[in-house]
Amino acid sequence: MIKTYSISTTINEKEYKSEVESRLLLSDFLRHELGLTGTHVGCEHGVCGACTILVNGESMRSCLMFAVQADGLEITTVEALGKDKDDLHPLQQSFWEAHGLQCGFCTPGILMTLIPFLRENPDPTEKEIRAAISGNLCRCTGYQHIVDAVLLAAEKMK
Amino acid sequence: MNITLTINSKAYEADFSPNETLLKTLRKLGFHGVKFGDEAGLSGADTVLLDGKPINAGSMLTAQAEGHKIVTIEGLGEHPEQGWKKTDGLHALQQAFIETGAVQCGYCTPGQVLASQTLLEQNPNPSEDEVREAISGVLCRCTGYVKPVQAVLRAAAQLRGEGFDPIGGAGLFDWPVENPSTPLGGEPLSNSPSIATQVAPKIIVAPETKKWKTVGKPEIKVDAIKLVQGKPAFAADIEKRGMLIAKVLHSPHAHARIKNIDTSKAKAIPGVVAVLTWKDIPRVVYSTAGQSDPIPGPLDTFSLDNKVRFVGDRVAFVAAETVEIADMALSKIEVEYEALSAILDSEDAMKPDAIQIHDEPEYVNFADSDPSRNLAAEIRIDIGDVEKGFAEADRIFEGDYVVPKVQQAHIEPHVCVTYWDEDDRLVMRTSTQVPFHVRRMLAPVLDLPVKRIRVIKPRIGGGFGGKQEVLMEDVPAHLTIATGRPVIYEYTREEEFIAARSRHPMKVHMKTGVKKDGTITANEMVVLADTGANGAHALTVTGNTGHKSMALYVGDGKYRKSPNIRFYADVVYTNTPPSGAFRGYGVPQGFWPLDRHLEKITREMGFDPIEFRLKNAIRPGEYHPFSKAWNEGREPRPEIVHTVGLEQCVQQAKAAIGWDQKFNNEDWRNGPTPADNGQGPELGKASSAVQRPSPLRKGIGLATVMQGTAIPYLDMGGASIKMNDDGSFNLLVGATDLGTGSDTVLAQMAAEVLGVPLEDLICYSSDTDFTPFDKGAYASSTTYISGTAVVHAAEKVADRIKVRAAKMLGDIDSQEIELRDRKAYGPDGKFITLSEVAMDSLHRNDQEQIMAVASYVSPVSPPPFGAQFAEVTVDIETGQVTVDHLVMAVDSGVIINPLTASGQIEGGMTQALGYAVCEEMRYNEKGEALERDLDRYHIFRADEMPELTTIFVETFEPSHPFGVKAVAEIPMDGVAPAVGNAVRDAIGIDIDEIPITPEKVWQALKQGL
Repeated sequence: MIKTYSISTTINEKEYKSEVESRLLLSDFLRHELGLTGTHVGCEHGVCGACTILVNGESMRSCLMFAVQADGLEITTVEALGKDKDDLHPLQQSFWEAHGLQCGFCTPGILMTLIPFLRENPDPTEKEIRAAISGNLCRCTGYQHIVDAVLLAAEKMK
Repeated sequence: MNITLTINSKAYEADFSPNETLLKTLRKLGFHGVKFGDEAGLSGADTVLLDGKPINAGSMLTAQAEGHKIVTIEGLGEHPEQGWKKTDGLHALQQAFIETGAVQCGYCTPGQVLASQTLLEQNPNPSEDEVREAISGVLCRCTGYVKPVQAVLRAAAQLRGEGFDPIGGAGLFDWPVENPSTPLGGEPLSNSPSIATQVAPKIIVAPETKKWKTVGKPEIKVDAIKLVQGKPAFAADIEKRGMLIAKVLHSPHAHARIKNIDTSKAKAIPGVVAVLTWKDIPRVVYSTAGQSDPIPGPLDTFSLDNKVRFVGDRVAFVAAETVEIADMALSKIEVEYEALSAILDSEDAMKPDAIQIHDEPEYVNFADSDPSRNLAAEIRIDIGDVEKGFAEADRIFEGDYVVPKVQQAHIEPHVCVTYWDEDDRLVMRTSTQVPFHVRRMLAPVLDLPVKRIRVIKPRIGGGFGGKQEVLMEDVPAHLTIATGRPVIYEYTREEEFIAARSRHPMKVHMKTGVKKDGTITANEMVVLADTGANGAHALTVTGNTGHKSMALYVGDGKYRKSPNIRFYADVVYTNTPPSGAFRGYGVPQGFWPLDRHLEKITREMGFDPIEFRLKNAIRPGEYHPFSKAWNEGREPRPEIVHTVGLEQCVQQAKAAIGWDQKFNNEDWRNGPTPADNGQGPELGKASSAVQRPSPLRKGIGLATVMQGTAIPYLDMGGASIKMNDDGSFNLLVGATDLGTGSDTVLAQMAAEVLGVPLEDLICYSSDTDFTPFDKGAYASSTTYISGTAVVHAAEKVADRIKVRAAKMLGDIDSQEIELRDRKAYGPDGKFITLSEVAMDSLHRNDQEQIMAVASYVSPVSPPPFGAQFAEVTVDIETGQVTVDHLVMAVDSGVIINPLTASGQIEGGMTQALGYAVCEEMRYNEKGEALERDLDRYHIFRADEMPELTTIFVETFEPSHPFGVKAVAEIPMDGVAPAVGNAVRDAIGIDIDEIPITPEKVWQALKQGL
C-alpha cells in the first residue's frame, strides 16, 4: 500500500479533509478527487499556465505543487468566480463581451492570473497586462482580445 | 466496509455501507444491467446469478455476497462487431431473445436471460412449462411472455446443436381468404421436428405489401442488441458526480390543509442539502396531463400546495447525500394538518353537501368543469334521436356495470435525473412518453424559458400511459435549482401505487333498444367516472370511453345512416390518487359494459352472438358516428371510416379458437369427469370411489372492438434524416419508443423508401435539443403519424439522391431512378451505389448535405378493429375462473413488423387479462391504498398465462403511405368482456363488475343456486 497523508484545505471557502498520496499533484487532486475540472492541465511542467489557481490569494501553478503541500492553505479556483451566466465576475463578463477567449482552454488560468494582478494594479497599461499574462500561453487568440478584455474589466471594476 | 466481490469472474474491491444491498453496490460498480423494479424482489428486475442460481440483488446485502460468484448480464455475450477486435458475440440466449422479438422495453430482459441461463445449465432440453416456471420470478409487463418463452426454447435447441425455424414466413396468407373452419389454436406454424417457433403471428397479407423488402418483415429491433446486453440505456443508468437523492414526503391524510410545516430538524441533519415546502417555490397552477397545447382539461395542480387531496399527495421535497439520510429527513419534517372530510366514493362527489376538493383561486376551468361541484369534466353527446330510437325498439335492455381502478405497473418505475449543464441549462433525463410536453409544461412551473430546458428520453422501461404524465420531473428539477447539484428521483414501487396515475374507475349505466330482428335502434351509455384528486385526462379519457366503444355499433338498415347514440358522463373529483392515461385510454372502460350488455341481449333474445354484433357494427364507407358530434373538447370534423376488417377478423379468430366446435356444445362445456381427467382437481382423486361430476365448466365468449389511430388535426409527429459518407442514414425522431418498437418500425419505413437494409438506419429518439418535435407516444399514433412524417422525410432525401444519381449516371430523368439494395438504378439497369452518391455529395462535386426534415398532422383517425375470443374454465365449487386461451384477430391495417406488432397484441391482452380477472386498486375508509406492492397487486407471471394467439387481418388504410392503422391499444379492449361472456357461457351467470374474482363468481353462484 502506498502511504497517504491527511491534509486539510480550504478550497473556494469550503473546508476539505482528504487522504492523499505523497506524489499526487495539486492539479490532479483538484480535478480528479474534487471534480473541480475548471482548472486545466496543459503541460504538467509549469510552462503553459493553464492550471493557474490562487493559493492564499496569489497565483500559483497547481501542476507544480503536490497536494500535500496545500495542507492548511487556502485555495481558489475558477469555479469560485461566478456561479452562472447571470452572475459572472466582472473579469469573466469582460472576457465574454470583448471576445477574450476562443477555445477557452487557457481562460481559467488567465483569469486566475489576472485576479491578483488587477487587485495590485487596478489601472494597468496594455504593456503591464501583456507582462502579467506572459506566463499563460494561448494558441488561439494572438492575445489582442485578451488584453482588450482586461482593459474593459479594469474599467468595470473601478 | 470493504470487501472483494467476484463479479463475472473478476475481483472487484467494493466500499459500501453495512446496510447496502447488492443491487446498489453492483450498480455503483457500473453493472447497470441489474435493474430496480421494486424493494421486495417481487419484480425480479434485479435478478443476478449467485453461484449459478438466480437471486434478487435488491433483497440481498452486499456483505452476504462475499466469497460467492456473481454473474450479471454483462458477463454473458458482447456485441459481435467491435472493430478489429474479435469477439464471441452474443450468448445464444441473447441472440434468441433479439431474434424472436422477446425484447420489448428490455428492462426485465437481463433478469429473464439470467434466470433462463440457470435453467439451461441444469436442463438443456426443457419443456415450455419448465421455461415458464424458470422465468416466473421475473415479471414482464410488455410481452405476455410468448416470445421470451419461445426465445429460451430456441436457444436451448441451438445449444443442443439442433435446428430451428427461421423467424417469419410461416403463417402468411393471401387475401381473399375463404372462411377457415378448422381450429388453429395450438397447431404449430412450422414443420420443424425439434422446435415450433410460434413467435410470428398469422397474417392475412394485403396485396399492396408484396413488393416491399423491409416493411412487413420480422426485423430485429434496432435497440435490442444493447438492451439484451444490459447496457446503461435507461434514465437511472447514469453517474453524476455529487448527485443527490430526492425523496418526497407524502400525505398521510386523504384531505387536509397544511397549517404549519417545520423543516428545521430535517435541515439540521448532516447530509441533507435541501428541504422544500410549498412556501419555498413559486405557486404555479398547471396540469400534469402530457398533451398538446392547449391541454384539454382543467389546471388544478401545483408542484407543492398548502393542501393535500389524497393519501400520497406531496407535502415536501428533500435532497440528501444518501437514500438513508433523505428518508431520515422525511421523518423529521413536522407537519401540522387540519384534517378535512374526504370524498372516497365517486357517488358522493356531487352531493349538495359535499366538501369542495379544489377551492384554490388559481384553478383554471376547461369546457364544462366546475370545481364547486367537484366536477372535472362533463360530457353530453347526443347523436340522432335516442328517445325516438327507443320508441322504435321492440325491447329495451338496461343494466349497470362497474370497472375498477388499475395500475400501469411498468417494471421500470418513474425516474428522472436533473442537472445544470455547462451552459447552465437544466437537463432532465427522464423516463417519459412525452419529452416535448415535459419541456413545454414544466417551463412555467420552474420559472425557466423553454429554451433553457433540455429533456432527454433514453430507453424507457415501459410506460403504458403512466409516463404520458408529467408526473414527477418537477421534483428533482426544483431540487437542482435549489441546490445547484444533480439530483435523481426514482419512484419506489409503493410510490407507483400511492402517488402515480391509474385507469379511471367508472360506474356505467347501459340502455339499448333492439328490434326482434336484432337491429339496434338506440344505444345509451351514462358514465360516472372518478378522476381522483386531479383532473388530468378527465375529459379526454372519459370522452374516449364513449367515442370509441359506442361508435362501433351504429345499428342496421336505416339506422346505419342515422344512428341513435347517447353518451353522457360526469367525471368527478374524489380524494383518491389521480387517475390518468393508461393504454386504451378510457376505451376498455367502455367495452366492458357495452359488450357485456350486448351479450345479455343476444342470450335473452336468442340471437347468434357473432351475427348480432356484425349486423350492427360499422361498415366501410360509413361515418364514424361520433366524428360529427365530439372531438376532445374541440370542433368536430366528420370522418368516414374506409377500412373495416372486422368480419374477417371474426372469421379468423373464431376458427382459431374452435368456436363452431365449442359454442353450445354441452359435452365440451361440462368437460371430462375427474375420473378420466388426470389434470383434474385433486379432490376427484382423493375420493375416487365416489364418482361425482366435475366441478369444472368450460365456456367460450367473444367481444368485437375498435379503437382510434392518433388525434386528428392536433397531434404532430416529426422526423429528420441525414445521409452519411457510407450511404447510411441518421434518423432522428421525436417519437418516443418506450419499448413498443417504434424506433424499429419507423426505421423500417425509412429503409423501405431509401432502398437500404434496416441496419443502414441509425435511429435516435428522443432529445428536445436534437430531434424534431413530436407529440410523443400516446393515442396509438406513432406508426401512423410519426411514421408518415418519417416517410415524407425519407421521400425528400430519396428525391435528392435520385437527382444526384441521375446526373452521375449521365443525365437520366431522376424520376426514372429506383432505389434498392443500397443502389440507385437507372432504367437501363445501370446503377451507382448510395455510398458513391454520398461521397460525391459530401466531398467531390457541387457539395451538399443530403438531409430532410418533415412533419405530419393527420386529418383523420382511422380505427383499427379486433375480434377477441376467450376460452375459460370455471370451478363452480370455488368460483375460480381460469382463462385457457385468448385469441385476438386484429385489423391494424398493414403490419410493418410482425414481431413487434404481435408483441403489442400479446402484451396488451395480458394486461387486459389482469383487468378482467385480478387487478384492482382499492382503498380503506381513510383513503389508504390496500395494494402497495406487486404481491397484493398481482400482475400475470409467465407460468400463469393462458395460451395466446394473435392473427392480423391486413387492410390497406389509404390515408397512410404504407397503409397502417394503430395496434398498441386495441388489445386492451376486448379481453375483459370476452372473458365475462365466456364465464356466462360456462355457468349461465352474468358478472357485471370486473375483476371477475373467485369471490364474485362464488357469491353469484350461491345466489343463483
